[in-house]
This record gives sequence, C-alpha cells and structure tokens, in this order.
Amino acid sequence: MTVRILYFAALRDAVGCAQESFTLPSGVSTVGELRTFLADRGEGWRALEEGRNVRAARNQRMAAPSDPVMPGDEIAFFPPVTGG
Amino acid sequence: MSVSVQESDFDVGAEIAALSEDRREVGAVASFVGLVRDISEGSTVAAMTLEHYPGMTEQALEEIVAEARSRWSLHAVRVIHRYGRLEPGDRIVFVGVAGAHRGESFAACEFIMDYLKTRAPFWKKEETPDGARWVDARDSDDSAAQRWETR
Repeated sequence: MTVRILYFAALRDAVGCAQESFTLPSGVSTVGELRTFLADRGEGWRALEEGRNVRAARNQRMAAPSDPVMPGDEIAFFPPVTGG
Repeated sequence: MSVSVQESDFDVGAEIAALSEDRREVGAVASFVGLVRDISEGSTVAAMTLEHYPGMTEQALEEIVAEARSRWSLHAVRVIHRYGRLEPGDRIVFVGVAGAHRGESFAACEFIMDYLKTRAPFWKKEETPDGARWVDARDSDDSAAQRWETR
C-alpha cells in the first residue's frame, strides 16, 4: 500500500525532500487527503496547507484534490508552473 | 518526433525549414522563440535554471500538441523546451506550426504557448544580485490560457 511522492521547485525547498516512498495510512484515499496529511507534518510541510498555491499530479497527469490515490501511484506536488 | 525536452540549444532556421520539408501542401509556417531576459521584476538576472518533471513534461507537451491538432488542421508541429542553466539571450523554447493558411498557423502557435505556460511542468529559478529566487506564476498567463476555453 505504498506510493511514491515527488516534490518540485520551491515546494521541494520548503519541505526539504525531493521524493519519498510513503505508506498510505487509513483515511487517505484521495490526492487532497494526502496533501492534508503531509501538511500536518508541520514546519516546512505547511507549504502544502490548504490555501497555499500548490498543484498536484497523479501518475504524471495534472490531478484534482478529489482524484483517488492507489497503491503504486506516483504522486507529485509542485508550485504553479513557470516555463516557456 | 514533434516534442523535445533537452538541455542543448536548437537551430531555429533548421527547425523552421523542417516544418515544410517535403510538404507541398504547407502554405504558412508560424513560429515562436522564447528567450531569457536580463531583467525580471526590477532585478537584473545573471542566469536562470529551469527545472522540469521528466516524463510528465514530455507527456504534457504531447497532449498540448494533440489538442492543437484537434482544433486546427495542421500539417506539422514542433515544440522544443530547454532545461538547465541558461543565461540572458539564450533560447528557452521553440514552437513551430505548419498549416495551409496563416490564420490557423498563427492561432495554433499562440495556443500552444499559452497552454505550455500553464500546463507544462517547468519551473524557473533566477539568479539576481539579492540571491536566487523561484519565479512566481503570473495571473496573466492563466487568463491567456483561459481565453482559448470559450472558443
């Protein structure tokens, strides 16, 4: 029941971690719930709190908070993109 | 190969020429080149580093190209986006579109850039006299992308 979580750019700097293997706790079954769980780690992880401008991807596609998280997924959190 | 994400520079002339090579039905090639500027938000910029999300980046760009092809009748599309450390004057991005007439080529080229700005997972970090800073996303980029949604 694990997922891989990636963090990019300013968000990676804030949380101090580029990626982790994460065992899904009970009660975490969507991208939004995962984000809230991670934000509750406190300190730099508060950058993931509700209201902060954070985007998410599930298996390399943009994801909404209501999208499910399944074992084996690759979930990514990052700031709004600034390419081009 | 219509999409490339690469560290190296590209040859604008060769890319534009390739869009109409062996395609006699092409009547209009539109292109866009994005460059690093030496000033941003009032600070001088010595260089910037572009980070991306390998795998998702290519997929996102392919989807944007596919969306453009579904909206306009296009003969060829090419998107190149660089990553890594770039200095003022360096090329960042190339979008080239070949169609039968200029209307669709201009529109598709602008559409691809507008969508790329809000959907392709790239992030810029600038080196300024006050230190390095991540570039914030602009609301104007969101509104530029949104105007295509009502058409």
